[in-house]
Formats: sequence, structure tokens, C-alpha cells
Amino acid sequence: MKRILVGIKRVVDFNVRIRVKPDGTGVVTDGVKMSVNPFDEIALEEALRIKERGGAAEVVVATVGPADCQQQLRSALAMGADRALHVQADGIIEPLVAARALLKLIEREQPFLVILGKQAIDDDNGQTGQVLAALWNRPQATYASKLELVGEGTARVTREVDAGLETLEVDLPAVITTDLRLNEPRYVKLPDIMKAKKKPLDTLTLAALGVEQRQQLKLVKFEPPLQRQKGVRVKDAAELVEQLKKKGLL
Amino acid sequence: MSAKILIVAEHDGTRLNVSTAKCVSCARAVAGAEITVVVCAAAAAPLAAQAAQIAGVARVLTVENPANAHALAAVLAPQLAALAAPFNLILGPSTTFGKDLMARIAGLLGAPQVSDIMALESATRFRRPIYAGNAILTVEADGAARVVGTVRMASFEAAGGGGAAAIEKAAVSAELPTHTRFISVSAAKSDRPDLQTAAKVISGGRALGSAEGFRILYSLADKIGAAVGASRAAVDAGFAPNEMQVGQTGKIIAPELYVAIGISGAIQHLTGIKDARTIVAINKDGEAPIFEVADFGLVGDLFQIIPEIEKLV
Repeated sequence: MKRILVGIKRVVDFNVRIRVKPDGTGVVTDGVKMSVNPFDEIALEEALRIKERGGAAEVVVATVGPADCQQQLRSALAMGADRALHVQADGIIEPLVAARALLKLIEREQPFLVILGKQAIDDDNGQTGQVLAALWNRPQATYASKLELVGEGTARVTREVDAGLETLEVDLPAVITTDLRLNEPRYVKLPDIMKAKKKPLDTLTLAALGVEQRQQLKLVKFEPPLQRQKGVRVKDAAELVEQLKKKGLL
Repeated sequence: MSAKILIVAEHDGTRLNVSTAKCVSCARAVAGAEITVVVCAAAAAPLAAQAAQIAGVARVLTVENPANAHALAAVLAPQLAALAAPFNLILGPSTTFGKDLMARIAGLLGAPQVSDIMALESATRFRRPIYAGNAILTVEADGAARVVGTVRMASFEAAGGGGAAAIEKAAVSAELPTHTRFISVSAAKSDRPDLQTAAKVISGGRALGSAEGFRILYSLADKIGAAVGASRAAVDAGFAPNEMQVGQTGKIIAPELYVAIGISGAIQHLTGIKDARTIVAINKDGEAPIFEVADFGLVGDLFQIIPEIEKLV
């Protein structure tokens, strides 16, 4: 079966104002709204569109994390994924561990395409897709803003790079990571949320997959960033130019 | 024992990107570090000569291969991983080049990666922004044989010149894949300063209304020698190309002067400019969040104000 695997992560919703805990051990997450990482929603949307065009038969969504992640997997099922895989794990999951777990799922599911978000908006690491592609020894096309399947075994991917737009051709299977302009994810309708409750969600563990939960980076402390001082209001263009000239900026 | 640091050079085939000298600055924060720069290219000699001049570089390694004509992470990573063994820390820039490549190297090495290093406290202890810069995290690599890192460009000045490092050819035996092929890169040619290194940047938001509307920014930018950027909203609306986007998912910049015109100041945009020396905001909405971070704020109609400024400078 032609299958696409999409990786998602449960993160603090992008609208939440982040506060660092006073003791510096993390950020406040109690009672805070959690969501599917926005870049991962774009990844899922792209997979669903490929399936709807007849390019795939099944979209499988997967995550690695604690029990609460099942809420986000249900959201993904409501969006349209066919089934979900939950690799249960508590504590810090470093990109290398996430990628090793995803590789085990790839071996089971044999997808022709794996789509992930380019980064999670919590830790902003931006690594898992590339690490996975390295471990799998397959192509990677990061920061995708356009994805076209060409014939049977290749894809053409337009990437948002610092210089502009780069186009790569990759043999499949491959790992794609999404940028913001790849698509606009659909809204979920109420009947889909009901339907999602009946879709299959399998739970596994890192241990059952044979992946060790190593933590190689110790999180020493969290601090709030330095705040910029609020400046002054100027009344018109002339005053602005005068002020900037005084500072030697014009 | 002094730390051995390898820096992966970024270039366009003829010129070294300034990101390489910024990585050298980052590496020099480790006292007594021995800094090596590696240049992977189809023709490496002219690039290696540029790298050898960066102050603080002890040695430049070149890896020449026709397959290195374009920077494909899948092709470069196995060559760089093969060179990594003697080094404690392998750094690249946190540009799209480095972000794409370094994590693939980390994957091949099974090493931890520290992304967006903003300060290096030792060869194993780093500070980096998380949550779009709303928290700063200190991490320590405990007992890892080697660590991979990407260097946040806005946090470091480029190291100066005047160096004279030895240049050596590196012999690399790595199997290079052919499963990833470069097709093209399209970028608008511009005579304006580069957005990432410009001392002055003028950015426009959705309030500019159209690609036409951006012309008044280009005109002012050309008069004062500034680069032009854009908010995500303006890029999404098609007013400006993606390479002009400033913010969490675009470019993170630290110019002397940043002028935000018709930009409300979403947190994701502010992340990209918070290291600017002076921020100016011009917006018709006096309540816009951009004014919270602006050193100088001017409330009014940008279509009136910008031409006025242009006449006055």
C-alpha cells in the first residue's frame, strides 16, 4: 500500500505567552493550551492532499511522547489521517531518540514518503527530519514550499533557502520537512472529530521498539530573555530624521 | 587539553559567506581552542585562501569533489562525518545551509546537536533561545564524545582578517549518494545590501498593500543604503519574495538600524529583530505591539511619512 508517514509533536499553542518558571527549571505549562506543532499540521495537510489526488492510499500519523499526546493524535485523525501510532515516552525526547523511534516505525510501515515539520515551536531545534534522513540513509528536502511527485519514484521539492527558492529532485522514499508556505491546513469539522474517535490509534513504547531513551544534553537552566527598553514617540518625520541623525544612523 | 573545533564553511562556489567568520568568533569564545575550517567545494583553493585569512583559524582543510558543486546535505554530510573523529565540537552557521546540513552530520555521528548557539560558555556548555526567543536555555553536553552545533548569526560579529592559516587537502573516503539532485535556485538579483549583513534594514508589512506599495520602501532604502525586509504577512500576501522574510522562520538579523514600516510586530517577527541596535516603528495603529520594542515610534500614515523621510535624508 502506498503510505505516507507524518510525524507530529504536541507543543504549547503558538498563541500562548511563554513564561519561564521562577526557579529556572522550565517554562510554565500547567493549564496552558497545547496544540499540534503548526509546521506538523502543514505536513499532515500536504499528506492528505497527496492522498486526495490519488498519490497515496493511506496517511499514518505518529508521535513520540507522554500519554497526553493522544489528544494531538486525535486532532490529526480528525483532520483526516487514517490511523495513528503513539510511541509512549515520558521526559525529554531528544531529536536523535525521536528519529530512531520514527525509523523503527518506517521499518514497520514502509512509507514512500515521510513528512515532518521543519521545527517544533517549543524547543526550536529543527533537527529531527535531517537526523532521520541520515539514519535512514535516504534523501532529505527541508523547508519545502512546494512538493510534486514526478512519475513513480521521484519528487521535486522547492525549498525556501536564504538565497531564494531552490529546487531539488529526490528519489523516493525521502524525508520532507515543511515550511510555512507549503499549504494552509484545513479546519476540522465537528463530524470529523466524532469520526476520529473510531479511527485506530496504536500505542507502543520506546522499549518495545528497541530504542534507548538517552539524554545527551542536560538542561541546566531556563531564563527569561533580556527585555528591550521602551523608547520614545516622535511627532513627525522631521523629528524622527533629526533623532536618527543625532545617533549617527542616517 | 584544548578543545578542537571544526567549522564547516558556507560559500557560493566563489566567495565565502560571512557566516563562516561569525562561526569563528563563536569558536574563539573557548579559550585555547584549536580552530579548523573545512571547505567542501568543486574547486576549493580560492575559498580556502579566504578562510585562511580569518583571524583565529589555525588550519583550513579542503575537500574537493565535483559532487560538492552544490551544497546538498545528503552529499556533504558523509564527507564531513568522516572528518569529524579528531574534533570535540563541529560548528556550522544557523542559516538554511547550516541548519539543513549540521543535523544530518549529527545524525550520522549519533551526536547531540545544539541549535542556534547564542553564547558558548565552554566547549560543552551553551546558551540558546527557545520558544521563539521567549526563553533562553543553558545546555551542557554531558560526556558526549563530540557535539554538533549551529551558530546564531545575530549573536556574533564576524572575526576579522589578517590570519595566515595553513591549508591542507583532506583525504576523505565516503560513499556519496546520487539520490538527491540539485535542479535550480532562483533568486532575484539585487544591488541592495544583503539583508543578513546590512547595517541598515527597512522592512515592510501587510499595510504596504501590494508589491507596488513596496516601491516606496525600495526608494528610501536606496537613498540611505539599506537592505529591504518584509514581515511574514507581506510575504504570504505576495508583496515580497520569501528571501526577504524577517522573523522566527525567516531571517534573524541584527542591524544597527531597523525600520519597521506598517508591521504590527507579531512575536514571531520580533524574534527576528530583537538584537537590532536601534528599532524604529512607523504604524498607523498606535497600539501595535511593535511600539513595545521600538526605540523611536511614529504613529501615522506611512504613505505620507515615507516620502517625507526620503526628502529629509
